[in-house]
Amino acid sequence: MVDIWEGLSAAFWLIVQFDTELWEISLRSLRVTLTALVIASVIAIPLGTYLAVQRFRYRRFTISLINALMGLPPVVVGLVVYILLSRSGPFGVLNLLFTPTAMIIAQVIIITPVIASIAHQSMRELWAEYHDLLISLNTSKWQRITTLVRDGRRNLLTAALAGFGRAIGEVGAIMIVGGNIDHVTRVLTTAIALETGKGDFALALGLGFVLIGLAIVVNLAIHTLSRTEREGQW
Amino acid sequence: MVSRLFPLTLQDVAVRRQGKRIIGPIDMVLDPSGPTMVIGPNGSGKTTLLRVMHGIERISAGSATWAAPDSSKHAFVFQSPIVMRRSVVENLAYPLRLVKTPAAQIKETVDYWLDRIGLTPVQNSPATRLSGGERQKLAIARALVRKPDVLFLDEPCANLDGRATHEIETLLQEIAEAGTHLVMATHDMGQARRLAHDLVFMLDGKIHETGPAATKFSTPETQALAAFLRGDIVT
Ligand SMILES: Nc1ncnc2c1ncn2[C@@H]1O[C@H](COP(=O)(O)OP(=O)(O)O)[C@@H](O)[C@H]1O
Ligand SMILES: [Mg+2]
Repeated sequence: MVDIWEGLSAAFWLIVQFDTELWEISLRSLRVTLTALVIASVIAIPLGTYLAVQRFRYRRFTISLINALMGLPPVVVGLVVYILLSRSGPFGVLNLLFTPTAMIIAQVIIITPVIASIAHQSMRELWAEYHDLLISLNTSKWQRITTLVRDGRRNLLTAALAGFGRAIGEVGAIMIVGGNIDHVTRVLTTAIALETGKGDFALALGLGFVLIGLAIVVNLAIHTLSRTEREGQW
Repeated sequence: MVSRLFPLTLQDVAVRRQGKRIIGPIDMVLDPSGPTMVIGPNGSGKTTLLRVMHGIERISAGSATWAAPDSSKHAFVFQSPIVMRRSVVENLAYPLRLVKTPAAQIKETVDYWLDRIGLTPVQNSPATRLSGGERQKLAIARALVRKPDVLFLDEPCANLDGRATHEIETLLQEIAEAGTHLVMATHDMGQARRLAHDLVFMLDGKIHETGPAATKFSTPETQALAAFLRGDIVT
């Protein structure tokens, strides 16, 4: 049984030795996840807000659908993206399978419903608070959405961070569509899976600690950035 | 000065929700020459009547017609002030930004109102940190930055102490004298006496009695209004 300490010390040495391979896969993890996060947020935040302010026929259905999609098994997402991108699939000509782009696509599909759902929840609360005022001021639909996004930005950030957490730790889908190719699509989570499979538990655990550290650093960085804007509670 | 928007004609107006009649039928012509106070017990329909007049409540029957329909000339102050999650300054600037007011003009207007309601020192603080009285003053000032002709107020002093109430009454009196028409719901009879030019007494979703405040306070026609003014429980 491998000792946790061995893992911690493996992580420590990997970091202090400035291990180039570790840096490479960590940066790739970050790049893939942050790109997916930006794309997913651009889709999910306006969508969640729109669903909060606009009544339409299939609104309840759409919200339920998004909530259900939150529970999509990543492996299945990976499989479907794989089939779509594989040579014989409809998007085969794009040659995207086993590239970071394929991993980004899979992650966008996985986290968009997560961000949209959490964003919708908090936007709905803010809309209940602002409803009368915004109606009274004769705001356009677009003004309502931009007002809610602006004033609810802290909650939206939380939604985005939930998406980030989900994406950075995801392994099933990106393993399938990325293929865990050394120097091309290997990221922290797939490397951990590989090292575990090879039986190098210390290294796997070390990478795991690096992954956790990375997630914490990104969370703190984003929170600090949003707070420097002005301290206060709104 | 009477606003050119008036008269407002309510014809057979009713509001029903979930099969229940909330107000109506209401027939009235509002063509006031001073502040109108809407009084009546809780649940009598004051809030709903004000919202119908402002055009933000869907009516189930009848019609509400302004002589010159221009909703940009109305503003509404809600019973519990809606404070936006922004700084005090940005709360005041918000209605002006919506209509693409030039920055210099926004600054001038906002500075004027900050000074007028005494919030200049806290202008950059989050408005959500203000006290109840300050929030209500902010909500009133925010309703006034676009210079409305009519200001609806729904029990603006309901949750405030005496000092805050006095400050707000003074502000409202000044605004009324400057030509903004006030239509205000209140359950504070003292306040109604101090501010009212016209009185609307609501009971059970209907206008029970209405007329000039000067005569209605001294010689109410109906027993219900007489009892309400005495402070008796009226249902
Ligand atoms: N949307 C609604 N659905 C159901 N009942 C409502 C609704 N709005 C108001 N009511 C009810 O209608 C009555 C009148 O309400 P309101 O206009 O708020 O009276 P007031 O302001 O005089 O207290 C109250 O009994 C209230 O509970
Ligand atoms: Mg009320």
